[in-house]
Amino acid sequence: MLETPECLLPLPTATFYILMAVASEDRHGYAIIQDVAELTNDTVKLSAGTLYRSIQRMLEQGLLIETESATPETDDERRRYYRITPFGRKVAEAESQRLSRMVKLAQRSGFAARKAYR
Amino acid sequence: MRFYRALLYLFPAGFRNEYAAEMCAVFARKQRDSFAPLLWIETMFDVLYNALLVHLDILRQDLTYTLRTLRRSPGFALTAIAVAALGIGATTAAFAILDHVILKPLPFADQDRLVQLFQEHAFSAGDVSPANFRDWQRMSTSFEAMGCFRGLSFNLVGESEPRRVVGSGLSAGMLPLLGVKPMIGRWFSEPEDAAGAQGTAILSYALWQSNFGGETSVLGRKILLDSEPYTVIGVMPKDFYFPTRLPQIWTTNRFAPQAFEDRTDQYIFPIGKLKRGVALQKAQAEMSTLAAGLERQYPKELAHVGVLVTSLRGGMSQQSKLMIEALLAAAGCVLLVAAMNLANLLLARAIGRGRELAVRTAIGAGRERLVREMLTESMVLSLAGGVLGTALAVSVLPLLVKLVPVYLPITEIPAVDFRFLAFALTVTTVTSIAFGLVPALRACRDTAAVGLREGARSGGGPRERFRSMLVMAEISGSVVLLVCCALLIRALDRVSNTDPGFRAEGVLTARMTLPMPKYETVAARDAFYREVLTKVSQLPGVESAAFTSFLPFVMRGGVWSIAIQGVTQEPGSLRNGSLRFVSPEYFKTLRIPLLAGRDVRLSDSANSQFVAVVSESFVKYYWPGLNPIGRTFNFGNSNRVVVGVVGDVKVRGLERKSEPQVYLPYQQHVRVGDSYAPKDLAIRASGSVTALAPALREIVHQADPLQPVSDIRTLADIVDGETAPRRVQAVALGAFTAIAFLLAAIGIHGLLSFSVTARTREIAVRLALGADSKAILSAILAETAALTGAGVLAGCAAAYAAALQLRALLAGVTPEDWLSYFAAVVLCAVMAVGGSLVPAWRALRVDPAVAIRTD
Repeated sequence: MLETPECLLPLPTATFYILMAVASEDRHGYAIIQDVAELTNDTVKLSAGTLYRSIQRMLEQGLLIETESATPETDDERRRYYRITPFGRKVAEAESQRLSRMVKLAQRSGFAARKAYR
Repeated sequence: MRFYRALLYLFPAGFRNEYAAEMCAVFARKQRDSFAPLLWIETMFDVLYNALLVHLDILRQDLTYTLRTLRRSPGFALTAIAVAALGIGATTAAFAILDHVILKPLPFADQDRLVQLFQEHAFSAGDVSPANFRDWQRMSTSFEAMGCFRGLSFNLVGESEPRRVVGSGLSAGMLPLLGVKPMIGRWFSEPEDAAGAQGTAILSYALWQSNFGGETSVLGRKILLDSEPYTVIGVMPKDFYFPTRLPQIWTTNRFAPQAFEDRTDQYIFPIGKLKRGVALQKAQAEMSTLAAGLERQYPKELAHVGVLVTSLRGGMSQQSKLMIEALLAAAGCVLLVAAMNLANLLLARAIGRGRELAVRTAIGAGRERLVREMLTESMVLSLAGGVLGTALAVSVLPLLVKLVPVYLPITEIPAVDFRFLAFALTVTTVTSIAFGLVPALRACRDTAAVGLREGARSGGGPRERFRSMLVMAEISGSVVLLVCCALLIRALDRVSNTDPGFRAEGVLTARMTLPMPKYETVAARDAFYREVLTKVSQLPGVESAAFTSFLPFVMRGGVWSIAIQGVTQEPGSLRNGSLRFVSPEYFKTLRIPLLAGRDVRLSDSANSQFVAVVSESFVKYYWPGLNPIGRTFNFGNSNRVVVGVVGDVKVRGLERKSEPQVYLPYQQHVRVGDSYAPKDLAIRASGSVTALAPALREIVHQADPLQPVSDIRTLADIVDGETAPRRVQAVALGAFTAIAFLLAAIGIHGLLSFSVTARTREIAVRLALGADSKAILSAILAETAALTGAGVLAGCAAAYAAALQLRALLAGVTPEDWLSYFAAVVLCAVMAVGGSLVPAWRALRVDPAVAIRTD
């Protein structure tokens, strides 16, 4: 397992989206897909393969842990829920900072309008 | 849904077990929400793409892990890589030669439709007369086109000193038939092949570079070949060889009408291109019928003359083929031994890691995952071995060139091409799976069950039996190689010791092919010979010197039919003799014993009676029990009287049957082709004969400044050339055998070391209980003896089977030659004892007190 969050940067896009999806509450696979779609206005639709491949790696890297379903729903939802770890939060924060630094640099070079980023 | 589940099998088992249910659930939800066909397409790509990525991910992890563990045990890694490299290198090198000589299509257009046509005689198949060729060409229907070539050589006189070049005379259609275009310039045209046409020549790339500076202005340039002007019209590409590897210049045949008169004057070789869809057998049948018709038409000249149609490589001798095949088989044997050795090494390692594997299985690593990891390890090892082995193969290829027959139209050294690399890669992959898979499967089976038991005996049981079998097989493999190698060395020894009928030591030879028409008359040649011979015999140390048409082994044919009044010959029986014109003292120079009568003399001139010296077998065959001196026979279009009898010479080579020899005085050279004019000079001298070369050149230069001297070499070298392919093969096979032998020794050593280590406690207990060291030692030696004995027995049986296949190469050494087997068995015994020495010593040094305390 890697010690510092910086070692994992830059994060693959799918990984970052998944971290965002589970930031506020534990979610199961399909919920993550739906949440990401919602966050991005349906522009990003994770596929099952990409989702679970990412989840597998994120579990290994210690960004997520699996939890027992806290509130079993009535339908055919699976029991596997994913929760972000403190380390996962640190990594997501580090990635955000990295991205904002990038955007600032891009602004300085005239690539991005300052207005667009508040 | 079922289909989706099946698709998920593309993922590694570990991943699938973990997430398949989840993924199915997600898929089910998606199915509810979206348009089906689109979803399916999307899903297929999704699964394929992500499955690949997951696999790559695991591969990366395994690679990192493997490289780390290998770095931790460099001894093991280096041994394994070296073993793999030796096996793969040997096999790849042998394959390269086999592919080059036997398998790879010849570099001609539609080469699979090209065939060679020979005139078949009672004694051999060989060259064809122009008249027969013309008839075959006109009357046959199986061929799209037919061309012919003949061997020529010229004195090329240019700006530099005169030079002898090997060439070939082609019919105008020959090059188009082969479909190879000149690099610059053009093919011959039909009119350029007509009688009386101006000479035209096409150069080889090598000759163009060496003698004409590689300039394109060479086109249209006039050159002198045997004093006759030729115009250069083209240069062939670098990799063009035809009809053999040797020719450097090609001209047209320009047969005069007289060339078609004598049907027994045979010196050209036809090549045909079969029509599409015509099989070789059909062409052969047609040509046989055709030949029978011609025989009826010319019953005297063409008695018992048939046609043989073969593929372009068909003329290749079975022996050359077998030699290369045997080499590849031997290399395969080395590879097998190497793979078993590697399997053993990996197995030992896996057993050593048994505890670790058991722990990992216990905490949930799937068996598939562990097998995969171990396979990655074997893959890495054999890939490194493969790269090293391929480099090894490339570097040893030049040593094997003697196995590439000079009479094939291919380069000397096989090119390192796609086929070569593909083969190397295949061998590497197969090897890695072969030696990796079994140990991996065996190591991971039942690890969880036994591995964790405290103090479990590592090894033992079925696993050790399996390892013993591997070592046994290694021993068998090396016995096969040892026996075959011994047999072939014995055969080589026998061939080398064959009496050629003359003494080669202390003789220098050189060739002076006299150009025609400058030396067309016997008188012109006579003056040249006399001057050269007189001056040469005055050189210090020279005992005698003589000219001959062709030295033995240098030219194997040159055979004419013999007719004797009152002697009728059985068809199919020996009825020919090899014809050589010689100058006096030829027999003395070569130390061919004069058994009766006299040598040829200078006084045997064109005006005196035509005489001949014949060899012993001639007399035995035609006049058994009679005095041959004074008897007459017809040979070389003249009646000749026997004046002497000499010993037989193996003209056709050490391993072949030769016709009787007939030697004629060079001055009585009439009605026999110019190509029989003596050209090979033999000089017998004391001391270093090669030191005579400069003086010889000077003498020839004085006699004729335009006359080149070529092929200066000792007669001993010529004789050695006879066994060169055999020697190369024996050395290569010897090297293979040494490798296999060493590997087997390592195998024995490894297995015994391991079992001693594994049984340290048992040995210690026994020693503590009062067993003496002798008993321990004998237990270990018994294990060795059992392994070796079984391996040797199986090996000897396999070796006998292999030897039967090799029979054609054994030159009369029988496949059951006990000495070879004995030598192999003794060597194996030595190897077994050597391999078990260190383990035995370690067993004896076991200190019971320490050993029992360790666990």
